[in-house]
Amino acid sequence: MQRSRRWFLRASAFWSSAAIACRGRSGAPPAEPRSIGAPISAYGARSRFEKGARFVNRNTKAPLEEAASQTPLHDTFGIITPSSLHFERHHSGVPEIDPAAHRLTIHGLVDRPLVLTVDELKRLPSISRIHFLECSGNSSSEWRGGSSGSDVQRIHGLTSCGEWTGVSAALLLRECGVHADAAWVLAEGADAGKHDRSIPMQKMMDDALVVYGQNGEPLRPEQGYPLRLLLPGWEGNANVKWLRRLKVTDQAAMTREETSKYTDLMPDGTARQFTFVMEPKSVITQPSGGDRLPVAGVYEVTGIAWSGRGAIARVEITTDGGATWAAADLQTPVLPRAHTRFRWLWKWDGRDAVIASRCTDETGYTQPPLGELIARRGTNSFYHNNGIQAWRVAPDGTITNGNRA
Amino acid sequence: MAIARSRFTICVAIAALVLACRATLSASPERSGSPQSPTFGVGRAPTAAELRAIDIDVAPDGRGLPSGRGTAAAGKDVYARRCETCHGPTGREGPQDVLVGGLGSLSTPNPQKTVGSYWPYATTLWDYIRRAMPFDHPGTLTTDEIYAATAYVLFMNGIVGEHDEVNQQTLPLVTMPNRSGFVADPRPDIPVKRKP
Repeated sequence: MQRSRRWFLRASAFWSSAAIACRGRSGAPPAEPRSIGAPISAYGARSRFEKGARFVNRNTKAPLEEAASQTPLHDTFGIITPSSLHFERHHSGVPEIDPAAHRLTIHGLVDRPLVLTVDELKRLPSISRIHFLECSGNSSSEWRGGSSGSDVQRIHGLTSCGEWTGVSAALLLRECGVHADAAWVLAEGADAGKHDRSIPMQKMMDDALVVYGQNGEPLRPEQGYPLRLLLPGWEGNANVKWLRRLKVTDQAAMTREETSKYTDLMPDGTARQFTFVMEPKSVITQPSGGDRLPVAGVYEVTGIAWSGRGAIARVEITTDGGATWAAADLQTPVLPRAHTRFRWLWKWDGRDAVIASRCTDETGYTQPPLGELIARRGTNSFYHNNGIQAWRVAPDGTITNGNRA
Repeated sequence: MAIARSRFTICVAIAALVLACRATLSASPERSGSPQSPTFGVGRAPTAAELRAIDIDVAPDGRGLPSGRGTAAAGKDVYARRCETCHGPTGREGPQDVLVGGLGSLSTPNPQKTVGSYWPYATTLWDYIRRAMPFDHPGTLTTDEIYAATAYVLFMNGIVGEHDEVNQQTLPLVTMPNRSGFVADPRPDIPVKRKP
């Protein structure tokens, strides 16, 4: 309820504060207190008035250690997701790891297997890059029509974006001397279930990072403290957290997570495997499902776009269900494999409308309608839905999930 | 005289301390052995014991499987004690992942992705049980219990016989029903018109 009224409350808060200002000293206490404030503190916390939080669905049969929480995309600005609000997906809970005791072992088809401490990794040349991370199960609810009452957080909140700092995986592998027949690297975590995925050597030698930093401070435990693999633009599951081991091999390990899970089932019963890249996608975050526009008039439509294949080149907005499209403004910086903020001014006439965004990336790929993906992949593939998200605006201003026909 | 003696004592003490430190450092694996990384001089070689402890993955050809054995007959008891609560009495009931059945369902509107209907390699089952099962106590099954539980799940799916011995030689030879069910990533699978 609080969410759905936000738009209205914001508008009414403006008018009531204006009214108080006119009344002068009488009424509510001043907005700017004259008493002395709080002292300095060692580690900051947000205002107690802010309540934005990850969505934790407690109403499932799966244990919360084997679950996902979603980023409140509606309530975040710009392109950086605060570390505290970065989405989570764990397969056996968040381990507590002492960084002084943690080791990264690189072995297998190499001349010089290495055991590295976290401090040693921090001594190596560091790289900081802004990249999105998206779970390939993000937006999976929509393959079969979704729920009209759902919102951008619950549908699309398994994507987040941060600045990651670490060491080039290629540098580490070169230090080990990779053999000519090496084709894959098995990445394994130190969590209870020892989560593991096989990564093609080509990606490891291209832009993969072994990261220890997130948004200027050490990784959060939920994001893999003290070390995680970061594969820019690739599905979240392969970005192994709590990284303890990289094993260079000649073949994929065919782990449970790359066979029975994270494979995309097609209508003919075959399944696509090693579908790593997250394809171009965008979503309007404001106004979106659960909002209510208080009056007809001008609104800024804003949202995020991202592509696992590179930079976003263009974002377009429709307000008539896809009949016509207009170019949105891209907010700089526009970075490859990162969330890109878009904005567009809309004059809502107070009538029924279906609003949506679609993006095109630097490869020329334009985000398709969900129906186009379903025509090719059916509705059993679960993963990798990058279709267009529609929001339905009713004459009373309420907004619902427009993917549901 | 007193000063000289105490100075000598201090020197001996320092020398002993240095020797003790060097002994401690060389005994610690962090200092044992080269090679270090050639460009940056960081890291050290893992010891054989360290690698044995963490090199746990099992490849589809069986590399990484330890010696040991189990049958479905023996696995029935392991399953009942350690698996049934989450996967159901016959592996079909849940509440967690369904392990049994679903053959022929993958191309229907309600596919059932089970070990029997979907998993391409039997070695993956062994690897995953050792790696991550039981969910709340991973790493507590013995090697023979893992072989037995693997055999029992395969038996419930009609893939091995009740008394077939599953071991490091036989497991990689098990052919899973959906072995050829996986294809490479063809994306982009929609037309990409032109560069913007």
